[in-house]
Amino acid sequence: MGELKLMKGNEAIAEAAIRDGADGYFGYPITPQSEVIEYLAAQQPEERTGMVLLQAESELASINMIYGAAGSGKKVMTSSSSPGVSLKQEGISYIAGAELPCLVLNVVRGGPGLGTIQPSQSDYFQSTKGGGHGDYHLIVLAPASVQEMYDFVELGFDLAFKYRNPAMILSDGAIGQMMEKVEIGEQKPRMTEQQIKEKYPWATTGKTPDRERNIITSLELDSAKMEKFNEKLVEKYRTIKENEVRYEEIQCEDADYLLVAYGTSSRICEKTVEMARQEGIKLGLLRPITLFPFPSQRLAEYAQKVKGIMSVEMSSGQMVEDVKLAVESRVQVEHYGRMGGIVPSAEEVLQALKQKFL
Amino acid sequence: MSEEIIIAGFGGQGVLSMGKILCYAGIVQGKEVTWMPSYGPEMRGGTANVSVIISDERISSPIISEFDTAIILNQQSMDKFENSVKPGGYLIYDGNGITRHPERTDINVYRVDAAAEAAQMETTKTFNMIVLGGLLQVKPIVEMDKAIEGLKKSLPERYHHLIPVNEKAIHRGTQIIQEVRKAKVEA
Repeated sequence: MGELKLMKGNEAIAEAAIRDGADGYFGYPITPQSEVIEYLAAQQPEERTGMVLLQAESELASINMIYGAAGSGKKVMTSSSSPGVSLKQEGISYIAGAELPCLVLNVVRGGPGLGTIQPSQSDYFQSTKGGGHGDYHLIVLAPASVQEMYDFVELGFDLAFKYRNPAMILSDGAIGQMMEKVEIGEQKPRMTEQQIKEKYPWATTGKTPDRERNIITSLELDSAKMEKFNEKLVEKYRTIKENEVRYEEIQCEDADYLLVAYGTSSRICEKTVEMARQEGIKLGLLRPITLFPFPSQRLAEYAQKVKGIMSVEMSSGQMVEDVKLAVESRVQVEHYGRMGGIVPSAEEVLQALKQKFL
Repeated sequence: MSEEIIIAGFGGQGVLSMGKILCYAGIVQGKEVTWMPSYGPEMRGGTANVSVIISDERISSPIISEFDTAIILNQQSMDKFENSVKPGGYLIYDGNGITRHPERTDINVYRVDAAAEAAQMETTKTFNMIVLGGLLQVKPIVEMDKAIEGLKKSLPERYHHLIPVNEKAIHRGTQIIQEVRKAKVEA
């Protein structure tokens, strides 16, 4: 067992980046995720592993630094919160278009606009449906604990490199700010230039006479070629949907009703399940861990068995659309949510369930 | 065992670090812990609070609205959290600056005048450790030696020379905490 530490979610992300052998972090502070860059600054990752830490002049600059570094095969990440992530979308679209791996953390706060600084899940659409312009998807991971904040850095980077696609950790202010016990992994070495050259032949590592130039771009003026490329992306997302769906099931086996919730909401719902079971209501919780790819197939299976499904989100109802698509009207699907930085209580979720179904 | 605690007071009283020490002590004892602070506009107004859960089992929601124990260190927090203590639960408060004392009779009320006591000690910053000592005296959520270990783990090394004075403050807290009234259990 690794070392156990008490950490904030934001700190766990930062420590995990260093330990996973990341080459760089480029960011710009914003509440409620400034601890990521603060923790990194205090840790002096340059001293620890040679990892570059840079506070850019803006979100736009930081995401374009990611674009450049990722193009050279480096393992790099950035983080921000909702308004800042909106600013990064142009860069993220380019990175997806250039098929580059990187990790983006969004510690979501309530919106729209500058909104509030309290936790929210109102960036689900932005995260799972593309976010920037063009036909693309991010691989989206939704941690529900500080341990998962730590673990999903490695997972996020692995998936990003496996599919040459940007990955996102979609967290929120509550998980970013809270502290829990975290098991810290071993320090992994950063990759050497030689290893990058061998492992990532697409990277711009300096042309040698024995190969063609590597060009990193998202521009293709020939529509026929562009469509071929789009088809390639579609095929990639299909493969991701086939292989990378992750979810957790809590008391689902005999459930009459199912809650679907991710991140902070899923923790609340876990308590709702406990409370409902005490009252004799057979309630289960399906927690998507990957939001893209979404566990649609599993939900479709449950749609044959349960009497009703309620999506619980800190939003006006975004994930519920994916739930509805998955179950194709085979069962009643409802939404319950709070907005503006309000976190629902386990009691009110149970109340809502009763009102809608019982 | 699962213990749900709120610690609430002013920023600078060491509310958050007291919660951290409890959590570290819980980790040392092999328990699951969560530490959920108030942050944002609320905190910027000068009050600070943190809810801490220490449990033998996996913790579901870290965000809770009712508590087994409330540690209340100013009047605003008294107004906000007195009614959030579960019936039969514990309310521990420092009388300093309190204009309206706790009124509920269905909870156990204790008073630990840590601010006054801290003024007598080498440094007033041990205030929160006196409160912690008081808490552990009436509710031994974690073992005393584990609390000291928790203190060591949560304190940066450059402050480790302050451990003895903090330890002393914890012990002082165990001595000065007073029972105000026991919960009346309705028949």
